[in-house]
Amino acid sequence: MEYIIEMLNITKEFPGIKANDNVTLQLKKGEIHALLGENGAGKSTLMSVLFGLYRQEEGIIKVRGEEVVIDSPNDANDYGIGMVHQHFKLVHNFSVVENIVLGFEDTQYGFMKYEEATEKIAALSEKYKLKVNPKELISNISVGMQQRVEILKMLYRDAEILIFDEPTAVLTPQEITELMSIMKDLASEGKSIILITHKLKEIKEVADRCSVLRKGKYIGTVDVKTTSVEKMAEMMVGREVSFVVNKVDSKPTNTVLEVNDLSVYNHRLAKDVVTDVSFEVKAGEILCIAGIEGNGQTQLIEAITGLRNPSKGKIVLNSEDITHCTVRNRNLAGVSHIPEDRHKHGLVLDYSLEQNLIIQTYFDKKFQSRGFIKFDAMRDNAVTLIEKFDIRSGKGATTSARSMSGGNQQKVIVAREIDRDTDLLIAVQPTRGLDVGAIEYIHKQLIAQRDAGKAVLLVSLELEEVMNVSDRIIVMYEGEVVGEFDPKVVTENELGLYMAGSKRSDQ
Amino acid sequence: MVEKIKNYFITNYLGISTGFSLFLFIFIIPQLFEDSDLIISLIRGIIFSIVVGYLVYKFLLFRRNNPNFVPSESKLVVDAGGSLVAIIVGLLFGLLLMLLVNPGQAFYGFSIILRGGLNRNFKSLGDMIFFSVPIILTGLSVAFAFRTGLFNIGATGQLTMGAFVAVFIGVEWGALGEIHPLLHWGTALLFAMIAGGLFGAIPGLLKAYRNVNEVVASIMLNYVAMYLNTMLIVAYIYNRDYARALDIEETAITPIMNLDLIFPGSAINGGIVVAVIVVIILHIILNKTTFGYELKAVGFNRNASKYAGMNSKRNIVYAMMISGAVAGLAGGLMFLVAGKHLKPENILIPEGFTGIAISLLGLSSPIGVLLAGLFYGSLQQGGYYLQLLNFTPEIIDIIIAVIIYASALGLVLQKFVKMILKRKFLEKEDGEPQDLAVEGSDE
Repeated sequence: MEYIIEMLNITKEFPGIKANDNVTLQLKKGEIHALLGENGAGKSTLMSVLFGLYRQEEGIIKVRGEEVVIDSPNDANDYGIGMVHQHFKLVHNFSVVENIVLGFEDTQYGFMKYEEATEKIAALSEKYKLKVNPKELISNISVGMQQRVEILKMLYRDAEILIFDEPTAVLTPQEITELMSIMKDLASEGKSIILITHKLKEIKEVADRCSVLRKGKYIGTVDVKTTSVEKMAEMMVGREVSFVVNKVDSKPTNTVLEVNDLSVYNHRLAKDVVTDVSFEVKAGEILCIAGIEGNGQTQLIEAITGLRNPSKGKIVLNSEDITHCTVRNRNLAGVSHIPEDRHKHGLVLDYSLEQNLIIQTYFDKKFQSRGFIKFDAMRDNAVTLIEKFDIRSGKGATTSARSMSGGNQQKVIVAREIDRDTDLLIAVQPTRGLDVGAIEYIHKQLIAQRDAGKAVLLVSLELEEVMNVSDRIIVMYEGEVVGEFDPKVVTENELGLYMAGSKRSDQ
Repeated sequence: MVEKIKNYFITNYLGISTGFSLFLFIFIIPQLFEDSDLIISLIRGIIFSIVVGYLVYKFLLFRRNNPNFVPSESKLVVDAGGSLVAIIVGLLFGLLLMLLVNPGQAFYGFSIILRGGLNRNFKSLGDMIFFSVPIILTGLSVAFAFRTGLFNIGATGQLTMGAFVAVFIGVEWGALGEIHPLLHWGTALLFAMIAGGLFGAIPGLLKAYRNVNEVVASIMLNYVAMYLNTMLIVAYIYNRDYARALDIEETAITPIMNLDLIFPGSAINGGIVVAVIVVIILHIILNKTTFGYELKAVGFNRNASKYAGMNSKRNIVYAMMISGAVAGLAGGLMFLVAGKHLKPENILIPEGFTGIAISLLGLSSPIGVLLAGLFYGSLQQGGYYLQLLNFTPEIIDIIIAVIIYASALGLVLQKFVKMILKRKFLEKEDGEPQDLAVEGSDE
């Protein structure tokens, strides 16, 4: 009995798409097996099949050599399969213990037996070096700690097979290192781990073997130690990928955007979510705001672009005060904005591609006369941009934005914002959820804009992106700027400490 | 020779559609109109055949120009299919009900419903159009707001306000009629629109600037309008003898616009002309102007419209105003009719709510609403004639209610339509590939 789990020739079809097409995954006991693939390659679908959330159309699942049918997550639990979801499934106003025993409670005469549970949890956290405080409320502990609670939850249920779905997406570099060592410990204790990710560096660090999916198809399984990162990337994307972003040194000139002591007050939390932030962006440079999600970057950008009112401070664009301007006036004054959430802000999904491309400029003389839209001009504009930015879509200019792939939707936004040719380009997580090819493309575009003398303000959560693309880095922690760095000098580790709030430079 | 004719018909869509029209005209139409007089059924037969023939021609032409058209991928086809299925479900339910109530006459009665406005002669058609005018307008009102992402459930209240103002002017401002009769009628309608628009603006303002849910606000305003209407009628234009509003002046009555020449003896008036004009205007606003582009963007995605720098608050107020104005117009046209009187009753006027159903059935597009409104009028007319048999006209209300339930299940039905279309189309792809080749090579 060599394999603890075998998923053989799994095919899962959704209307119009084969999410998994004849995929095979074999997990050995005690190994860390990475499942690699771009977004939409079918990793999550495959794991959902294993976890009983979906039922495969073809193929069989074997657990410890026996063929089984997994109909619900409860079945999966019974077979010893546990999963740490990308978005944690924790009850925020429950304590750590309560969360861990949830759905698995021991009771006596209808009363909970917390003492035994607490002891068992303490033993487990001792054994696997998972430091948690069992009495603490979930809402009070850090994201990394929450993840450890999720892991303990699986161990408490005696799971033998642990699935980690993109576990590092929400962690700081230090927390990632810790998680890696926890995973190695778990494996050495005989647990088998499936690690879902598209980050090659992590695979290289912890995984023993790696199975690659591309567009729902099974590409192959390789031994991680003997395979180069480049080779794995090629398997994932289907062509050679360059990891290095080529760029010359920046030549910053005049100041384009100046932010002075900006604060944003949140009424629901009853506190400032952005506190006294000041910085400036010069023409011809890329300034990157680094930080972990939820440290005020979103609110800061919303204040700069006019979607939210600042409570204090000044925003100056080209030596013109725009603090109290409307969004429209800021757009006209020279702000382009690639928003964080392309579905919420960036696109009207029910509009066609050509309609989405004029969403800020439809009132321009170019696109209307006397209140009537010039449909020819709109079409010409779309055709030009589709050509120039290589936007792929089913029906050209009339394709509905909803039916396009995420990468191409992002290209639509990038095309629209760059084409407006403004002095300041704000890009918030422009590569979020995109595959390696699209990321490469967007990075090139950002640098091209910089070289054309535009000021670029980039907000990113990906350290690799921060280090590769930017000319200057500022780090935000809990709404404050805690440091400014030169990417050529600073190390990822150093940045991580600032992002986690354990270090700050005096300003 | 035979080969030649065959080729002609395969390659010439005009030929096919003409042939089809002739076939309809000779074999099908006479059976539908057997109980009317010859000349009229001849004229109707010709018109009907030409329309159907033209549609077939257009369809075939479209198929030729878009050989890669996939019906299951087209939103319009799938949505309209959903409405169609809803209608069929409703009608079948009605048939079932009729079979239960009175099996002997069920099928004959059902055919009466299906024929609707085409039941008798042009009088029934005229009546059908007359009754569908307010429905079309309230449908448009709801649909227009809906395109901006607002659910205007207060069309009833806006209609009531419009109706009162129109009747008030019709009764009191007779002096205008002495200058020109159309001036009196036109002023009454204009002020009906303004009243409806202002009343519609209230939930709009509350929504835009205080984020009050427009559904709640407009529902409650329906009652405000209802009681206000009662109060104002009794205070200003009350006819105590009949417990209703006073008769409006002759000059305020909606002109017939010579439509009685086409529909002799029916109740039809110029209201349908106004309704069609409103359909066209709203269609143009929504689809051709920057204003419509903004409104729809706000409706589809308020966040994105904000991001793009549109003034979504202003747009919400405008949309509710226009929506209210159209409902007010419906109220005006409903009561600027000889022999129809506003009454100080505490009853919400039902046309406003029917408008919601019509908007749903018409897919919130002005032209769809026009068709759905006419269809509704036709059903009502069928219900009217249904009384000749041993049925109550309420059957129609039940059918319509089922249709509405079915359209509310629209998403499910659309999925169903999509599935069927897909299956059909894919089978065709596999089964007879040469068919497409012929279509492609016929020029």
